[in-house]
Amino acid sequence: MTLQAMLIVAAILFCIGLYGALARRNVIAVFMSIEIMFNSVNLTLVALGRYVAPHALAADIESALTGQVFAVFIIAVAAAEVALGLGIVFALYRNTESVDLTEAAQMRR
Amino acid sequence: MLLVDITFWGLSVVAIGAALGVVLVRDLFRAALLLVVVFLAVAGFFVLLSAQFLAVVQVLIYAGAIAILLVFAVMLTKDVPHGNLPNRLQVPAAMVAALLLAVLVAVAAATQWQPVPLAQQEQVAVVQTGSAGLANLLVSDYALAFEAVSVLLLGAAIGALALLRGRPEQAP
Amino acid sequence: MISESFIWAILLLPLASFVVIALVIRPFLDRASALSGRVLIGCLTVALALSLWTLAATAGGAVPDFQPHPWLDVGQATVALGLLVDPITAIMLVVVTGVSLMVQIYSQGYMRGDPSYSRYFAYMSLFTGAMIGLVLSSNIVQLYVFWELVGVASYLLIGFWHHRPAAAAAAKKAFIITRIGDVGFLLAILYLFSQADRFAAAGLDPFHIPDIWQAAQPLATGGAVLGGAALTWVLLGIFAGAAGKSGQFPLHAWLPDAMEGPTPVSALIHAATMVAAGVFLVARFYPLFLASPNAMTVVALIGAFTAFMAATMGLVMNDIKRVLAYSTISQLGYMMAALGVGAYGPAIFHLFTHAFFKALLFLGAGSVNHAAGTFNMRYMGGLRRFMPWTYALTLIGGLSLVGIFPLSGFWSKDEILAAAWQGGGSVEMWVSRLTLGLLLAGVLLTAFYTWRLLHLTFHGEFRGGGEREQSDLAASAPPAAAEVPQHHGAAPAGNHPSGVHLAESPWVMVLPMAALGVAAVAAGFVANPQWVQRLVIFPAHWLTDFLDAGLEHGLGAAAEAVHPIVPKFSLEVALASTAAALVGIGVAMLLYRSRASEAIRDPLERMGPVHRLLSQRYYVDALYEGILVRRVFYRAVAGALDWVDRFLVDGLVNLVGCSVRGVGRGAALFQNGQVQWYGVMIAIGSLLILAGYLVLG
Repeated sequence: MTLQAMLIVAAILFCIGLYGALARRNVIAVFMSIEIMFNSVNLTLVALGRYVAPHALAADIESALTGQVFAVFIIAVAAAEVALGLGIVFALYRNTESVDLTEAAQMRR
Repeated sequence: MLLVDITFWGLSVVAIGAALGVVLVRDLFRAALLLVVVFLAVAGFFVLLSAQFLAVVQVLIYAGAIAILLVFAVMLTKDVPHGNLPNRLQVPAAMVAALLLAVLVAVAAATQWQPVPLAQQEQVAVVQTGSAGLANLLVSDYALAFEAVSVLLLGAAIGALALLRGRPEQAP
Repeated sequence: MISESFIWAILLLPLASFVVIALVIRPFLDRASALSGRVLIGCLTVALALSLWTLAATAGGAVPDFQPHPWLDVGQATVALGLLVDPITAIMLVVVTGVSLMVQIYSQGYMRGDPSYSRYFAYMSLFTGAMIGLVLSSNIVQLYVFWELVGVASYLLIGFWHHRPAAAAAAKKAFIITRIGDVGFLLAILYLFSQADRFAAAGLDPFHIPDIWQAAQPLATGGAVLGGAALTWVLLGIFAGAAGKSGQFPLHAWLPDAMEGPTPVSALIHAATMVAAGVFLVARFYPLFLASPNAMTVVALIGAFTAFMAATMGLVMNDIKRVLAYSTISQLGYMMAALGVGAYGPAIFHLFTHAFFKALLFLGAGSVNHAAGTFNMRYMGGLRRFMPWTYALTLIGGLSLVGIFPLSGFWSKDEILAAAWQGGGSVEMWVSRLTLGLLLAGVLLTAFYTWRLLHLTFHGEFRGGGEREQSDLAASAPPAAAEVPQHHGAAPAGNHPSGVHLAESPWVMVLPMAALGVAAVAAGFVANPQWVQRLVIFPAHWLTDFLDAGLEHGLGAAAEAVHPIVPKFSLEVALASTAAALVGIGVAMLLYRSRASEAIRDPLERMGPVHRLLSQRYYVDALYEGILVRRVFYRAVAGALDWVDRFLVDGLVNLVGCSVRGVGRGAALFQNGQVQWYGVMIAIGSLLILAGYLVLG
């Protein structure tokens, strides 16, 4: 297991998530894909934190934890995003009886 | 190291396969379950990357809370077994994703990463594995961001409530 | 001593009257519109009293020196507002307020029943105020402002009956032609402004008129602040403005057309005051003209030529007001020529007398129109039996214009001719002699057309008036070919179209004429000839000496070097001009006597092509309108501009518009409301940015 391998796996996950986010009709499926992208980003951050030495490492050993701190924040923000996003999905569903994103184009003009 | 490598490759295969399943299967419920698999595999990666705390958080928040929320949401969809249909953007989306992947892989492979010096690897491993350092950082260097995130979560909770509460006359 | 606030009152009273009439009486008290005339007459009475008092004080030796009030700071220069009261201003004030007062009283009768009665008096107030401001200005910018205001008032009053196309066109023509001259004036002002630092170095203000006088005088170090060719060009610019206002030769075409305005307007603006503003302007900057013989030569020659040419055109006009209009141009030419040959006092003296007798003649023409219902002299005749007062007064005005012995025109015209005879100004002798010749010929022509006017109007038998003119026009066979172009559609002028009621005009019209008649008789004696030591209160040669004294005061120390001519009375010249006048009258009597009764055909028509040339006004109007305006401006300049506008400007604008719309249409394709489509675009964008980073660095 190397850093490059880890990064490539994370990149593959990210691109799969991107594809899903762009190519699915169902808004919940889009959500799932976005979660996959979040996860891959977290993975990248932690991997870089694990293998790559920050500049301040010699002086402050805790700077090795920067990647993990970022991941923690991202998880927290993702949780908030899910809460609000699902709220929007419910609102959309209540108004249009549908969770199909291609039909949610009322704001076009 | 062999064990680690085997675990890594196994997890990779599981994670990529499950992720592909999430975006490709038609049955939305199965997609949700496959998503849980992805989350668990990522938790496994975290363990491999000696981020035990994050692994636990990943299991608790993603595999636990978020996945459950999504499963609830899936229940809304009328035709769950055929709910996960693609739209007309499959080809451009796939091309964009493939191109992005190529760029990312190229960057990852071509960059000269600065590894942690051998002398400090032990120390780094100890710090990263334990949760004490993380806890210390969150309430010292990153205290402001920590508070901001807490406010953000509060705001998101209130916002979600406001979105879902409905109009006053409809409320019971 | 003269109090400054009283002088301001002379200026502000008519302007206040304008404000009251325009903002109070016209919108709120339209029922009581008769009030508007009385408001203006009241204001003018006070203003005339103050003007007379100012004149008396100035004549008593007061030399008021009011400090200007700073108004605008422009770089080095400061534009100040101030009053300049010297002899010429004092005389102009009396002329303006006096003639204006008489004309307003007359207008009460002439304009009675006009639906826009109070608008008329509002414009008249504005004009009178602006004219007073013009003569009082001590600052050239201030002068220019009032100069243009006078032009605006003139425009408004010529086009007073704007529903008549001829009046609207005449107003436009007057405004545009005078504006062409004003460009020269403006350029002169701008040149002065550009020289602000040189003026400042000499301790002078480039806009303050007395300082401008000083600038042209030689400095102790040699040279002048303003001298040489630059001075000449500045003066020619000023003269261009003056020529436009005063209808001098190339810019004279507007004045006859301006007769479309109400007759009292013609009397006040286009005979007595505004057209004289050009003469006043040249006189105002006379210390500068004295320093430039070239500019003086131009002024003299153009003035003399205009005096002669306009008189020839006056010979053949059939519209009584047009005859008077050409006569006005001609007399203004006399004034300009006088200024040109160096006779400062005589020029203003002639302005002074001309204001009275020409206003009188115009008011007489209005009175005649009141009775005959037309301005066309072919349809008048025999009116002396019906309107004896008008006849007597017009006769006085006419003979004064001709320059018959005791009347005012004789004295002032004679001074001009004597000055030209003596020479000695800064122009060369041949210029003086040529001027004298043209002016003497002008006297003969003036006598002829004046007698022709009097004869056709008042003598012989009445020839039908406006009613017959209407029926002749209705028969659609123009009685004479020359008739049609003169009238621009042959609309009968005046606000009493074609109504014939042969009777004397009301006293409200006759009284002001009588007052002007007295002035026309007596005004000559304010500059009585040198051999009369004292006439009532006027010492010998008073007015001219008074004016020259003012000029010398303005010149200051430099007065020794340059001198205006003070003409001595010359018996030879007086006899020659009287002889010319009598010959003119005699020829006219001979030509018209036998045709007293039914002469619709003019005996002058026997001159054939000459008559045609004159009645077509030397084709100058045709040149301006047909070639300059229609061909050059409409077709060439406007056509080219139209093409540029249509194809280049519009093309560019349309190109921009079309391309924006096309881009918008294209961009709208992306804006399809599909969130994921946007996502793809964002992803492509990020990829491009990433690729950029990777490629470039």
